[in-house]
Amino acid sequence: MAVLMEVNNLVTRFYTQEGTVYAVNDISYQLQEGETLGVVGESGSGKSVHSLSIMGLIPSPPGKVENGEVIFRGRDLLQLPPDQMRLVRGAEIAMIFQDPMTSLNPVLTIGSQITEALKLHMGMNNNQANERAAELLSLVGIPDAASRLNNYPHQFSGGMRQRVMIAMGLSCNPKLLIADEPTTALDVTIQAQIIDLVKRLREEFDMAIIWISHDLGVVAGIADRIIVMYAGTIVESGMVEEVFADTRHPYTLGLLQSLPRMDRRSQRLISIEGSPPDMRNPIDGCPFVDRCPVRIDRCATETPVLEGVPEGHQDHMMACWVDVRELDIVAASEGASET
Amino acid sequence: MSAVADQPLSRNAAEGDADGRVLVRVRNLKKHFPITSGIVIQRQVGAVKAVDDISFDIFEGETLGLVGESGCGKSTTGRTVLQLYEPTAGSVQLRVDDELQELTEMKGEDLRRMRRRMQMIFQDPYASLNPRMSVGRIVSEPLRIHKTMERNEQEGYVEHLLERVGLNPYFVNRYPHEFSGGQRQRIGIARALALEPGFIVADEPISALDVSIQAQVVNLLEDLQEELNLTYLFIAHDLSMVRHICDRVAVMYLGKIVELAPADELYENPLHPYTQALLSAVPVPDPMREKRAQRIILTGDVPSPSNPPEGCNFNTRCPVRFGLCYDAPDPGLIEATPGHYVACHRVG
Repeated sequence: MAVLMEVNNLVTRFYTQEGTVYAVNDISYQLQEGETLGVVGESGSGKSVHSLSIMGLIPSPPGKVENGEVIFRGRDLLQLPPDQMRLVRGAEIAMIFQDPMTSLNPVLTIGSQITEALKLHMGMNNNQANERAAELLSLVGIPDAASRLNNYPHQFSGGMRQRVMIAMGLSCNPKLLIADEPTTALDVTIQAQIIDLVKRLREEFDMAIIWISHDLGVVAGIADRIIVMYAGTIVESGMVEEVFADTRHPYTLGLLQSLPRMDRRSQRLISIEGSPPDMRNPIDGCPFVDRCPVRIDRCATETPVLEGVPEGHQDHMMACWVDVRELDIVAASEGASET
Repeated sequence: MSAVADQPLSRNAAEGDADGRVLVRVRNLKKHFPITSGIVIQRQVGAVKAVDDISFDIFEGETLGLVGESGCGKSTTGRTVLQLYEPTAGSVQLRVDDELQELTEMKGEDLRRMRRRMQMIFQDPYASLNPRMSVGRIVSEPLRIHKTMERNEQEGYVEHLLERVGLNPYFVNRYPHEFSGGQRQRIGIARALALEPGFIVADEPISALDVSIQAQVVNLLEDLQEELNLTYLFIAHDLSMVRHICDRVAVMYLGKIVELAPADELYENPLHPYTQALLSAVPVPDPMREKRAQRIILTGDVPSPSNPPEGCNFNTRCPVRFGLCYDAPDPGLIEATPGHYVACHRVG
């Protein structure tokens, strides 16, 4: 497999009245062609800001991509002039968002919103575009597609609207689809429909997907590889089976332990104490140090670098000074919660 | 009509033995919101049947989970049980000492006195705390309204409550915006505890919180239940968390309870096709299991509660529907195995 996109040392900050927000702090990764990459993190971990940085959609001011490069098919997207970036956005990289109601224009028909990109990027005329739009709608499972092109967004349910968003995203056969919490606003049975649909379509369109989510369960089901983000940094990454079965970072481990499992009866949940750090403070040392049950002195002063885990899969990386395999982390976190 | 209209929903219910004493008894509860038309002269043209004839018992000291998708009526049920909405029909009884008292017939001061015994924790900790009130005033507001405590005792009591929910008592003069989501939810819990209620309706108390914070709040709710012998009606859509925290679980669909069973029994042996689909749709954080998972994908969306389908209201999406599901009236809850109730023509 060839590398489709390479993100190197990406740094994004927001300069607000309350101070500088250090949203994304030096992240690097590679995305292979046709691969589904899951990006997991809590609110404020920088997972959405990172994707907006890739797309050149950071509102400026107050935001600014301070450093880094995003090499997509041989070009650095961050250096592209706006008119060329516009040709990439929608055509080569498409994006779908969490809330399908606010990302569709309520006063335009579904048809005119889908055909807009087809006419712009593919140079189709009205008839061709309408025909293709109807095809796309039936592809994403909307019955009676041709007549629904004349409907407005409010005439669709939440799950249907997300299907429309996916149809719009796919309209120009993108190489990369960035999905930012696409199922978070949906009910579980509808979420299952959408995930099923995306899995089918990614084969058909042969595209890579960046799937951003806070739900470890959803990511476990759809991703080939995952990145775990915390406080704007990548703390662990690797093949999805490796990260779940051979977890190496205390934060990832804490997240997995704090989740009750539906397939078995769980005992008392082991929670991660404290709350995520204030992103207005620059990171000094490990960002997780205040909440970490296995911290050592070094963690407070030296920021760990993301590197291959000892004796693990070659793709598996983490940023931690401690080898959690040597410690009984369960006992450690219980000890921490008592203090 | 529900088949269980006049029977107790559990074998233990009528006997009232120690581990099965009914604290809240709900029978044939309905809450319909009118749809009106016309500007000057309004007339009712329909009704949203948010809660449509449901019956269940909640036992002392247990956590009853109420799950379902958005719009199924679970929040409306919680609020109607607490008499925050006036029920359209049906009965809600709360045990006071040794007697079940009917709440739906109470008014004014009588009802207000009962409210001390039943409190609510809300979903959104950003919207449910008044931003202009200090934490101390928020937590002590129930005390002032119900006049259960002298003013000079209140301060110490509020500090004790804050400590109890894991907050520094020193925070008493701060305002909600100074706190994180998890801390705000703790403030909401402290307020709900102020009047020492026995029964708490927790309406999606953790859905707005980050994953790493959810476990903290759930552990707190469990500790409080054990210490204070609380009874919870836990409304949620996160089925994994519900299995963890609940003793029994009721599944709602379009305003009706379709299945009610002890938690382990429900998750291991779901009988209703909707419960089966709902459970199979939940992603599990385990890639190996996810690869093998056989999902039951329901087609279509939930119908509108203002115009539910005839017959069984799941018949538009049910993968195992047959003639009876359209022709016969709505299947009532029947006891399939002891303690396991299900409303489906395919069962029993």
